[in-house]
Amino acid sequence: MTVAVEPYLRARRGEGRKLLVPYVTGGLGKHWLEVVRAVVDAGADAVEIGIPFSDPVMDGVTIQEASQRAIALDATPRSILMEAASLDVGVPLLVMTYYNLVLHAGLERFAAELAVAGIGGAIIPDLPLDELAPWAEAADEAGVETVLLAAPTTTPERVVAICERSRGFVYGVSLMGVTGERTSLAAQAGEMGARLKAVTDKPALLGVGISTPQQAAEASQFADGVVVGSALVRRLLQGGGPSEAADFIASVRTALDAG
Amino acid sequence: MSVPVRGGPVHLDPPGPEPTGLGRFADFGGRFVPETLVPALEELEAQFRTAWGSDEFRAEYAELLGSYAGRPTPVTECHRLSDRLGIRVLLKREDLTHTGSHKINNVLGQAMLTKRMGKTRLIAETGAGQHGVATATAAALFGLDCLVFMGAVDVERQALNVWRMQLLGAEVVPVTSGSATLKDAINDAMREWVASVNTTHYCIGSVMGPHPFPWMVREFQSVVGAEAREQSRAILGGADPQMVVACVGGGSNAMGTFAGFIDTDAELIGVEAAGLGLESGKHGAAIARGVPGVVHGMRSLFLQDEDGQVLEAHSISAGLDYPGIGPEHAALAASGRARYESATDDEALSGFQLLAETEGIVPALEPAHAIGWVAREAGHSIPKDTTVLITLSGRGDKDAAQVAERLTGERLQ
Ligand SMILES: Cc1ncc(COP(=O)(O)O)c(C=O)c1O
Repeated sequence: MTVAVEPYLRARRGEGRKLLVPYVTGGLGKHWLEVVRAVVDAGADAVEIGIPFSDPVMDGVTIQEASQRAIALDATPRSILMEAASLDVGVPLLVMTYYNLVLHAGLERFAAELAVAGIGGAIIPDLPLDELAPWAEAADEAGVETVLLAAPTTTPERVVAICERSRGFVYGVSLMGVTGERTSLAAQAGEMGARLKAVTDKPALLGVGISTPQQAAEASQFADGVVVGSALVRRLLQGGGPSEAADFIASVRTALDAG
Repeated sequence: MSVPVRGGPVHLDPPGPEPTGLGRFADFGGRFVPETLVPALEELEAQFRTAWGSDEFRAEYAELLGSYAGRPTPVTECHRLSDRLGIRVLLKREDLTHTGSHKINNVLGQAMLTKRMGKTRLIAETGAGQHGVATATAAALFGLDCLVFMGAVDVERQALNVWRMQLLGAEVVPVTSGSATLKDAINDAMREWVASVNTTHYCIGSVMGPHPFPWMVREFQSVVGAEAREQSRAILGGADPQMVVACVGGGSNAMGTFAGFIDTDAELIGVEAAGLGLESGKHGAAIARGVPGVVHGMRSLFLQDEDGQVLEAHSISAGLDYPGIGPEHAALAASGRARYESATDDEALSGFQLLAETEGIVPALEPAHAIGWVAREAGHSIPKDTTVLITLSGRGDKDAAQVAERLTGERLQ
C-alpha cells in the first residue's frame, strides 16, 4: 500500500514529532529490504531508497561505493522496484535517483512503475526546477510526489518557487557540498532551515552531511526534521545489517525526541 | 578579412548563434545540475553573454590569443601526404599554439571570465592532460589557484603532462572512482564545484556540460574555424575546402572548426574513437553507438547499458576516451549537417606514423584519428583530388612514450 508522503509527514509533525528520513541504497546486499524494515521499526518517518547510478555527481565516496557495489550485485532500477513492492512498512517510501535512469526507462513508465511498487515520492538531485516540467507532469499524473531541493546558494525568489513546486516535503541542502559524513553540522544548516520555514508550511527537512544523533538534533531545531544517508550506509558497507542499522537509527530517533 | 598571419592580429568572427531556450541545440543540451550550481551557471551565462558582446572583452581576448597563445596558427598544405593519398590535404595547426593544443583558446577565455566574476580558483578535469596543462597555464598567468582532476589510469599514461601541471603550480588529483578515466574526473570536478562554487570556477574543457558551457566553449574555439576558413581560401584560390575533418572527444576542436564552415558548402566530418572496433564494445563512439540520456549536466548521446548506466569508453587516446559527446554535435548529427565517422586505435597509430613520415609533423593521438580516417578513406569514400582540411588539434609529444611502447613493445627509459 502506497503511503502518500506529504499528508503522512504533516500528520507526524502535527504530533510534535521531529521527522527522520533515513536513506538506504537499494540492492546493497541481500538484506536491504530487512534494513528498510528495521529502520522503520527504529523510528523512521519515511525511507529514501537509492536507485544506484553509475555517475552520481551529488554523492560523496560512501554512497558512490554503495552504488557501485549494488550495481556489481546486479541491482537494476527494475529489480529494486520489484523487491520494494513487497515492503509494506506503513510509512511513505521515496526513491532517490538520477535523471538518466528515469529518462532511460521513459518518464511515464518510470512514474507508473513507482506507483505500482508502492513508492509515493521521488528525489532527483540533478533535475532542478528549470528542467522539471516533463517529469513533474508524468509524476503528478501517476500520483508520485516529487521532492525538490533548495541549496544555500539558492536565491530567495527561487526558494519560494521551489517550495511551491515541491511535493511531499522540501529538502534543504544543509551545506555546500555533496553527500558524505562531516565532523560537525555545517554553519549554513541553520540558515537553510530558517529560509525554508519562513516561506513554506510544507514539511521542511535538512539533509546532506548530517552524520550523528547530536547533529540531527541540532539541525532539527531549524527545520521539521532530517535526512540521514551516508552515516547509515557506511555502517552497511562495513558489514552492518538490519540490527546495526536499527541501533543507529534508534539513537538518532532518541536524540530527536529529546530535542 | 585579410589572411591571418602568425604573430599578426587575431580576428574573431562575430558571435555565433546562441542555443535556444535553456541551452538547447534542437533536442540536446540543457542544464541538469544539482540546485547548488544553478545560480553560478546563471551568473556565468550572464557574464559570458555580456563579455562576448563587448568590444573591449573581445579585443583583450584576441590580444591574449596573439601575444600569449601564439595565434594565428598557420594552415599547412601537406604536399607529400597529398601525393601519397591522391587528395589535397590542408592542416590547421593547433599543435603550434602555446601548450600545444587547441585547449588554450578556451581556457584563456574562461580565465578572463573567472577574473571578472571575482573568483580566485580554477578547477578542471583532464583526460590526455592537455586541458589540465592549459588550465594550469592560464591559472599561472592570471594568478589563480588551480586543482586538476585526472583519472588514475590517465595519470599513468600521461605522466609527462602530470609533471607539467605540477610545475605550473597546479595540484593534480588522481581520480580512482568508477572507471578512473575522463568521465570520472568530470564527476569529481563537479562534486568539488558543488562544495566550492562561491570562490571557484569550473573550467570545463570541451563543448559539454550544463548550459552555458557547450555554447561558450564553442565560441572560444571558433577562432580555429574562422582562421582556417580565410587561410584555406587563400590557398585554394578563394574556394572552401570540400571536406572539413576533425576528431571528436567532447567535441571542442571539431565544433570550433565547424563554426567557421557551417555557412559554407564544406562537408563537415567528425571522427570518433572506434577503439578496438565498433563491434567490440570497446570504443568511444557516442554518436555511432550512443543513445540519448542526461549525464554531466547535459542531454546528449551517451554509451549506456540497457538500464541507463553509463558505460566505460575505450580509446588509445585519453582525450577521446569519453562515453558522451557535446550536445551541439548530437544536434548536427541528427540534422545531418555534419557526419560522424570513426577510426580505430590501429588506424590512429597509422595516422600518427604517416604524418610524421610524410610531413615531419608528430600529431597527438586524438587528431591522429582524423588523419587515420582520411588516409583510410582517400580514394574510396573521399574521391580523388578532393580538398580536405583537417584540424590538427595538438602535437604528439605527450604520446611519444606510449606509442613507442605500443609499437616496439619496450618502455622508453
Ligand atoms: C590534442 C587533443 N585533441 C582533441 C581532444 C579531444 O577534445 P575535443 O573533442 O574537445 O577537442 C583532446 C582532449 O584532451 C586533445 O588533447
